[in-house]
This record gives sequence, structure tokens and C-alpha cells, in this order.
Amino acid sequence: MTFKKTALAFSLMTAIGAAQAATPSNEEIWQMLQKMQQQMAEVQQQNQALKAENQTLKNKVDATEQTAREASATAEALAVATEEAVKTASFNANKTSIGGYGELHYNNLEGKNGASDLDEMDFHRFVLFFGHEFNDRLRLFSELELEHSIAGDGKGGEIELEQAYLEYDINNQHRVKGGLFLMPVGIINETHEPATFYGTERNPVEKNIIPATWWEGGVMFSGQLAQGFSYDIAATSGLSAKDSKYKIRDGRQKVSGANAENFAYTGRLKWTAIPGIELAATVNYQEEFGQENSNGFMGDAGSATLFETHAVIEQGNFGLRALYATWDVDGSGPKAYGSDEQTGWYIEPSYRINENFGVFARYNEWDNQAGNSTDSEYEQIDLGVNWWPHKDVVVKVDYQDQDAPAGKEQDGINVGLGYQF
Amino acid sequence: MSSITVSARGVYQTDEDFLSEVFADSVPKSQVVWLKGELRQSLSDILGHDYNGLRIRYWRDQNKSVWILEEIGKEQPITFGVVISKQKVEAVKVLAFRESRGDEIRHPAFTQQFEQVTLDGNKLDRQIDGISGATLSVWAMTSVVRMALYLDKFTSS
Repeated sequence: MTFKKTALAFSLMTAIGAAQAATPSNEEIWQMLQKMQQQMAEVQQQNQALKAENQTLKNKVDATEQTAREASATAEALAVATEEAVKTASFNANKTSIGGYGELHYNNLEGKNGASDLDEMDFHRFVLFFGHEFNDRLRLFSELELEHSIAGDGKGGEIELEQAYLEYDINNQHRVKGGLFLMPVGIINETHEPATFYGTERNPVEKNIIPATWWEGGVMFSGQLAQGFSYDIAATSGLSAKDSKYKIRDGRQKVSGANAENFAYTGRLKWTAIPGIELAATVNYQEEFGQENSNGFMGDAGSATLFETHAVIEQGNFGLRALYATWDVDGSGPKAYGSDEQTGWYIEPSYRINENFGVFARYNEWDNQAGNSTDSEYEQIDLGVNWWPHKDVVVKVDYQDQDAPAGKEQDGINVGLGYQF
Repeated sequence: MSSITVSARGVYQTDEDFLSEVFADSVPKSQVVWLKGELRQSLSDILGHDYNGLRIRYWRDQNKSVWILEEIGKEQPITFGVVISKQKVEAVKVLAFRESRGDEIRHPAFTQQFEQVTLDGNKLDRQIDGISGATLSVWAMTSVVRMALYLDKFTSS
């Protein structure tokens, strides 16, 4: 408006100036005034148009701001909804889980002094895990295993249900499981995926003395007593002597129509309070090792007690596993054969060269007839290397030197290929 | 975001309480890094699988950045809180654990091993001693710490 007033004053002054220069007639002045009035009307009209345009622009800016805000909120909601959908889908998918492991073995062993040779290629274990979370507290875990590739009449393999149990969390510290589960004993009985241990074959001490892999049907309570200090206590089906040798390993009934006239009880304490160190001890008490088995054999054996203890140490690149296990079997049958005591131990130092390579040595000693003076002791030295091309895949090569009773020997190379997922 | 699938069982500390503790009650405004292109690929390389999610929220003041991240142990996601200062780990904590095994990784004796750890390439600059019977949880924590160090570096540059 200031500009317009100035323009008007200037026009008047110009007109007066012009009038002074050449005095206009009244008619001319009237025309000039008319013209000026018209100009003023035009300026006013333009002003109105500008105001209207300004308002429209303001409205548009406000609308754009609103749209931008809405778009931002929509984008945020979309991102949150997508993330939630992905998580929900993955959570639901995770309610049922599948896993597994497998191992192919090649043995090239030479027998001496009456021991047999072993030249064999064997897909030793093909295992599938199935798990399901019924809810936050209740879950199922199962493990189905095909051993030695083909099972059936006259075939060398077996299909075995090694685990199938329901587990319930009583609270954050304690849980209970019921069903068929692996016994809480030793180092490899519960954790035996091939990428987790050295050597193509599982160590002979846990195999022949504990006897791994060992599972029973029953109920087990587990939990934490303090930070890094846990317990397991179980009541299960028991072992049943197969024949008059009373070898512990042969006594596994594998929960297959197992005689449950007498039970077995197990307790374990495990200490893992310092990272890289595990110390554990297990006691297992069999009420009646001589209970009648599925072949109708009823042994002259009474109760049997296992004591096992071990240490697993991993500090930096160094590793050490050491285990001792011994059975004390009552009864005249085992005593007569010397199998009233069955004992073994091993020590296994190892060194992890890098993420992909590790080397180990293991000394094993075991005797399933340690109760008498018969020459029945086995000694075995293993030396080898593991190569992990991936943390879940392993290639193993090792050399074994086994001295068996009566001067027999079985020495040679084992090669293994294993995976887990 | 990490509280979506958290059940009552095994939640040791909420995200909010963890942040208040780390920033002494003056929690900075959260920021977001979108997972795309090279960043998504790098995180996949660290974890060995794709990270679930479009973006990651984090908190940063002049001294430190805080990352709340999830990774599967065996079957269920574990929620970790990681504090990074000057591209080194100041602290790592398990905020929620939903697996039935392996929760020993939340004990200070284990988590203290990560203090002052930094990246050497894409790996940690020192060996972390594992816990027998908790191998998968240990791997999950190691991966998440590598991821937090990488994200801190990525968002600082």
C-alpha cells in the first residue's frame, strides 16, 4: 500500500508539474483524474488477486506438510508392521525345528597276532532331530538315527530312536523331562555331533565303559544350584546283562521292550563357572544288572554302580579332555568272569592351529574284566587332525595304535567326514 | 523393537532399563540405520545368515553407542545389549534368553571376556573361551558383538 500511495503522489506531482509547465484545461485534469482512478482500481484488483494467490499457496503448503507427515507415519507403521510380521513368521516357523548330523567313516586297520584287519567304508550315522515348542515352558525333542546305512533283516544297520522326550520348565532354574533321553554322563554321551570332537571314531573308553551312546526311558530333573553349578537327577529303566560276560555295553536295552522290573538312578553335578572349564561327576546305580533280558538270560548279578568324572578345558588354542569311569558290579556271575570291575580312562590334549585346523593326541586305557588278573586290558593311542572348512562341517584323519589282550594289535588310519545343522 | 517376541520367561532386563542404566537416565534420542546394500551384505557375512529386520535402532551420545540386537542360539532369539565406546566393547549383556540351554553366557565370568575387544578385520581381536554345553549361545554372542562393532564403525563414518 505504501508503494501505491507513493505512486499516486508522484502522479499528482507530475501532473501539477506538467500543469505548471503548460496549464491543462479542466477537461484534461478531469481525464487525468479518471485515468488515475482507473489505475488505482486496477492496482486494488491486482492486490486482491495476489492475496488470493497467497492464500492458495499457503493452503497448498499446509496440505503438503500434512501429506508429508502422514507419509512419514505410514512409512514408520509399514516398517514396524513388516518387522513384526517377519519376526512373527520366523517365531512361528521356529516352533518346529529340524536338525541333524551325519558321519561317513573309512577305516584302514591292520590286525596283528590274530587280530582282524578292517578295511571298510561305512556311513556310520545319519541322524535327524525334530523338536517342537508347544509353549514357552513345554517342548519336545527327538532324535532318530540310521546306523550303518541299511537296516532290516540280515543287514548291518539299525534304525534307533535315541531321544524322544518332553521337557517342562518348572521355573527359570529348574526343569523336568520325561520320555527317552540320553543319560547325563561322560563327555560325548550327550554331545556327539562329529564337528564337536577329535578323532574319526568316538573314543573307546566312553564307548566300552560308560557305555556311550547310552539312553534310557524315565524322568529327570535338571537345573542350576548356583551360577555355573548344575545338577541332574534321574530315575530310569536299567541295564540288563546280555550274557555271562556281563559286559556293560552289551547290557543296553535301548528302551525296546526293556525289562523294567528294576530301575536305575543317576545323579550328576557339573561345574562350568569359569569359561572354558567343565568339571563333572556322575554316579549311576543299577538296582539289578542281572535282570532277565529279552533273550531270556537271567544273570547271577546284583546291583551295579558307575562312578564317572571328567574335565574339559579349553583355554585359548589349547584344549584338554580327561575322563575316568569305573563300574562295580555285584554278584557271583560277574565276579567269576572278572567283569565285576570294568574301568577305563583317557586323556586328550589338543591344539587349535587356527579357526579351521586342530591337532590332537589321545591315550586310552580300558578293561571290561578288570576284576581278575586275566590279560584283558586294551591300550590305544590316537593321533590326528581335524579340518573344519565350516564350523559345522569337519574332515578328520587320524592314526590309531591299539594294543589288545594276548599281544593282538589293530593299527592304521581312520578318515571321517561329518556335518551338523 | 526387540520386545515383540519377548515372553515373561527369561527376560532379565527390559530394553528401557538397560538404556537408563547405560546412559545414567539421560537416554539420547534413538537413531536408525537402514539395512541395505553393502551394510546388509556385511551383516550377513558376520552372522552367516540374513539379519531379520529392515533397520536397526541405536542410541548414541558423545562417548558411546548402544545396540540392542537379537540372534538365534539354537532355536530361539537371544536379545543382547552391547555398549561400544571408541570402537571397543565397553559391556555386553544378555537382556532376554529364551532357549532351554546355554544361559550360562549371561554370567559376568563369561561376558567380561568381551570387554575392550575390538575388530581385527571382521573378526574379534582376541579368542573367547567357550562354555561346555553352551556352544551355540557362545557363537550367537560372539556374532552379535562383531555385528555391534561393525555397526558402530559404519554409523560413525
